[in-house]
Amino acid sequence: MADLSINMCGIKSPNPFWLASGPPSNCGEQVMRAFEMGWGGAVWKTLGKPIVNVDSRLGAVDYSGTKMMGFNNIELITDRPLDANFKEIYEVKRRYPDRAVVVSLMAESKEEWREIVQRSEDAGADGLELNFGCPHGMCERGMGSSVGQEPVVLEKITSWVMEYAQTPVLVKLTPNVTDILDPGVAAVRGGGNGISLINTVKSLIGVDLDTLFIKPTVGAESTSGGYCGPAVKPIALNMVATLARDPRITVPISGIGGISNWQDSVEYFALGATSVQVCTAVMHYGYRIVEDMIDGLNNYLDEMGMKSVNDLIGKAIPGFVEWGELDLNYDIVAKIDASKCIGCGLCYISCLDGAHQCVHTNKGQCYAYHGEPDHGFNPRIEVSAPIRHQPKNGDLAHVPFIDEKECVGCNLCMLVCPVPDCITMEEISHSKGKESWNDRVARGLV
Amino acid sequence: MTEKQELSTLLPSDRLETQFSDAKPPYTDLEAVIEANRCLNCYDAPCISACPTGIDIPIFIKKIASGNIRGSATTIFEANMLGSSTARVCPVEELCVGACVFNELNHKPIQIGFLQRYVTEKALEAEVRTGNRLFVPADVETGKKVALIGAGPASLACAAYLALEGVSPVIYEKDELPGGLNTTAVAPYKFQTDDCMKEVEWILQHGVRLHTGVKIGKDVEFRQLVQEYDAVFIGIGFGKDGRLKLPGSDGSGVWGALELIREIKNNPNFSLPVNLNSVLVIGGGNTAIDVARELAMLGIPNVNIVYRRTRSEMPGYQHELEGASKYGVRMMENVVPISIVRDGGVIRSLKVKSNQSGEVFELSCDWVVEAIGQESHAIAVSPDIAVDEMGRVIVDSGTYMTTHPNVYAGGDCINGGKEVVNAAADGREAAFAMLRSWGIKSRFIKDDGKI
Ligand SMILES: Cc1cc2nc3c(=O)[nH]c(=O)nc-3n(C[C@H](O)[C@H](O)[C@H](O)COP(=O)(O)OP(=O)(O)OC[C@H]3O[C@@H](n4cnc5c(N)ncnc54)[C@H](O)[C@@H]3O)c2cc1C
Ligand SMILES: Cc1cc2nc3c(=O)[nH]c(=O)nc-3n(C[C@H](O)[C@H](O)[C@H](O)COP(=O)(O)O)c2cc1C
Ligand code: SF4
Repeated sequence: MADLSINMCGIKSPNPFWLASGPPSNCGEQVMRAFEMGWGGAVWKTLGKPIVNVDSRLGAVDYSGTKMMGFNNIELITDRPLDANFKEIYEVKRRYPDRAVVVSLMAESKEEWREIVQRSEDAGADGLELNFGCPHGMCERGMGSSVGQEPVVLEKITSWVMEYAQTPVLVKLTPNVTDILDPGVAAVRGGGNGISLINTVKSLIGVDLDTLFIKPTVGAESTSGGYCGPAVKPIALNMVATLARDPRITVPISGIGGISNWQDSVEYFALGATSVQVCTAVMHYGYRIVEDMIDGLNNYLDEMGMKSVNDLIGKAIPGFVEWGELDLNYDIVAKIDASKCIGCGLCYISCLDGAHQCVHTNKGQCYAYHGEPDHGFNPRIEVSAPIRHQPKNGDLAHVPFIDEKECVGCNLCMLVCPVPDCITMEEISHSKGKESWNDRVARGLV
Repeated sequence: MTEKQELSTLLPSDRLETQFSDAKPPYTDLEAVIEANRCLNCYDAPCISACPTGIDIPIFIKKIASGNIRGSATTIFEANMLGSSTARVCPVEELCVGACVFNELNHKPIQIGFLQRYVTEKALEAEVRTGNRLFVPADVETGKKVALIGAGPASLACAAYLALEGVSPVIYEKDELPGGLNTTAVAPYKFQTDDCMKEVEWILQHGVRLHTGVKIGKDVEFRQLVQEYDAVFIGIGFGKDGRLKLPGSDGSGVWGALELIREIKNNPNFSLPVNLNSVLVIGGGNTAIDVARELAMLGIPNVNIVYRRTRSEMPGYQHELEGASKYGVRMMENVVPISIVRDGGVIRSLKVKSNQSGEVFELSCDWVVEAIGQESHAIAVSPDIAVDEMGRVIVDSGTYMTTHPNVYAGGDCINGGKEVVNAAADGREAAFAMLRSWGIKSRFIKDDGKI
């Protein structure tokens, strides 16, 4: 059993899985049930001057029968009285002293920040999270992402909070910026003890085809919302990794965005996150998903021979380089395992129409035009015999074959193939050694 | 001679077949979308090649997934005007579903028949509701008339493609009900006559005329059709049950399989005797399996198929045999029937001989049903029609034209008895050949000659 406990800039929790600020952390009764299920911490639903919410407020993207592969909302911060929230925070901390309770905050004036910081800490918060990320509703009022998008304002408000806060302060960033390093560096300069990211991505989830109303519909109208769920994970991973590898970011990171299981979390840890937060997956399946997250992470760390989740943090970062550093001499080609091929033809059509016309079949018209001086003008020349797939036994006429000389190693065929390990990418060995674009520039070759 | 349009009203309600429930009940919207999303959308998919009408299956399935019900059904009907019945009667395990690449992964193949039924039913319901037809006949006067003999799947498909391009098809059917074996023979747990009438009505609404109760070769001469029409299509199917004429056959209790199935399906006055306990079905084809399963499903406790060779040699499909065995149908291999033994006129047993030991013994039974194949009846239509040694009408493989100019044929009468989908494919190809010969373009044929 590996050690899953973490210490995120002084906020301790028995495991790195926290509820993100949102509906699952809306009230004490919920957070207590979550802790009962095993969640290591919770970032309370953002507190601030009470607001009024609209109906409806949620929308989703379903993909090929998979529900909620992307999710969006136009919900604001808590719509419950502050007193009630603080009472419940106190009660949760009393009953679950070992769990991390971080209170998410959003305020306007310096005085308001002072008051809400103190009341949160009086209620027993282990830490604070500054919501500079909400992309709807609050930003029009000069809060949320309107702060997160202005590094100068973000730095100033962070430094106000730091004047009053006794507990660690996490700054939650919006992804709706050109370069995540701008708000990231500002958060560190303002004195923040840690960074949480991402909040939701500004979005419009879709249009109802019958009414032509935009979703989620409020009467006949709608507005831009915030996108999250599995679809945003790659966006969030990129931002987490970008901060993690930058020497100016000297504080720990709490990774958020599209985490549904332990595998997602491993990616976040490997790219530099110390804790991870989950919202959409809990809204979809409930708190119970944490059981597999803990169990799966544990088994994974054991298999990897890692004693603690801390051993994993940032492990993938050394491989995260600029494009100019990549090895231009590294060569791979696609290989099809004929014994696994089911003949679906998807590698053929995807390479033909979407890549480099290097997958061929024995079934008829071949559109290969390689080897022609006017590459592209004479697309109907039969592929010559030598590169045909030669099955040893049985009728393998359905198995496509790869023109390895022309394959550019893009991966597309492997990605579309429905059979595990049927198409693999194999390295072509050569004696050329590594050479990157930057190397070429340095040698004056380009 | 009667001309029929409102067919459903012809059908008596208390047919024995209505006691059968659907072996493959229709999908709900949710089931259809889940199944449609499972399809890999293969390129040049093997299921398409396995379909005799070559329906673009991945396309119709992905249109279900995207909610394009009308487009999906159109994709099906373009290739197969009998898409409604074939969705339900096709032996998909042997055709499209059997070719699905998921079989290679030992994974449940895509349920193409279920999806096809779902979407054709849904689209035709919408057509009735909205009055917005999937196919509107071309607004042209070609002046061409075609007579079609027999109102089975082959003629119906042929007539539909002709009518859509402004040709006037007239079908002559000897029976009172159209539909061919879809009406009189196809297993009632797959497809019943009321649905078959709906399909025929749908075909007729595109401008196809139907005369029932007219037997060509008897009531109207074949030569007369050839003279009056620009072309004739022969879609007469194969003929009656072949009979063994075993000693002891005379008297009650000995049936031809088609004869008995037709009673079950179409005759409102038919019922099984209450004391019927044991039936032997002679044969090894799908008709033998069908009739055995139907009797078992109707509550006959002992139904046995008696076959002269082994299970692995039988022409009937294994999946059908398995389906029948679930209802208690058993099978006896390697036995040859010799005679029917009667006690005072009532059947006591079937005397058989073992193919292996040569031993002769009696199998007690109340009824004997012979399912040994059909006999050709092409000659009855006209002696001018050339047939091969099996009695199959000889046609050109590309145009479906017989040796008689402008006389075409398709379906069971040219292949000796295959499936509805083969008849639908033949009918379509014959229609396209006729249109080509008159320089009329079918809307379904692209410039490259493909459908
Ligand atoms: C018991 C049984 C079960 C079957 N089950 C299935 C199944 O589950 N799935 C499947 O795909 N296929 C099944 N088939 C096969 C299928 O029914 C046939 O392949 C198909 O119906 C052939 O169509 P057709 O138009 O060629 O002929 P038919 O369906 O036989 O139609 C021919 C029509 O022509 C009429 N006719 C004949 N002579 C004349 C004449 N001289 N004048 C006027 N009209 C005439 C007949 O009355 C009949 O209506 C089954 C067949 C049988 C016997
Ligand atoms: C309905 C809803 C309400 C949210 N409310 C808040 C909030 O009040 N404060 C906040 O900081 N983030 C809020 N978020 C953003 C989440 O905390 C989280 O950053 C985002 O959803 C990405 O994580 P996920 O992909 O696991 O959902 C909300 C998200 C959703 C879906
Ligand atoms: S790796 Fe890319 S280029 Fe090579 S065969 Fe596959 S799809 Fe084509």
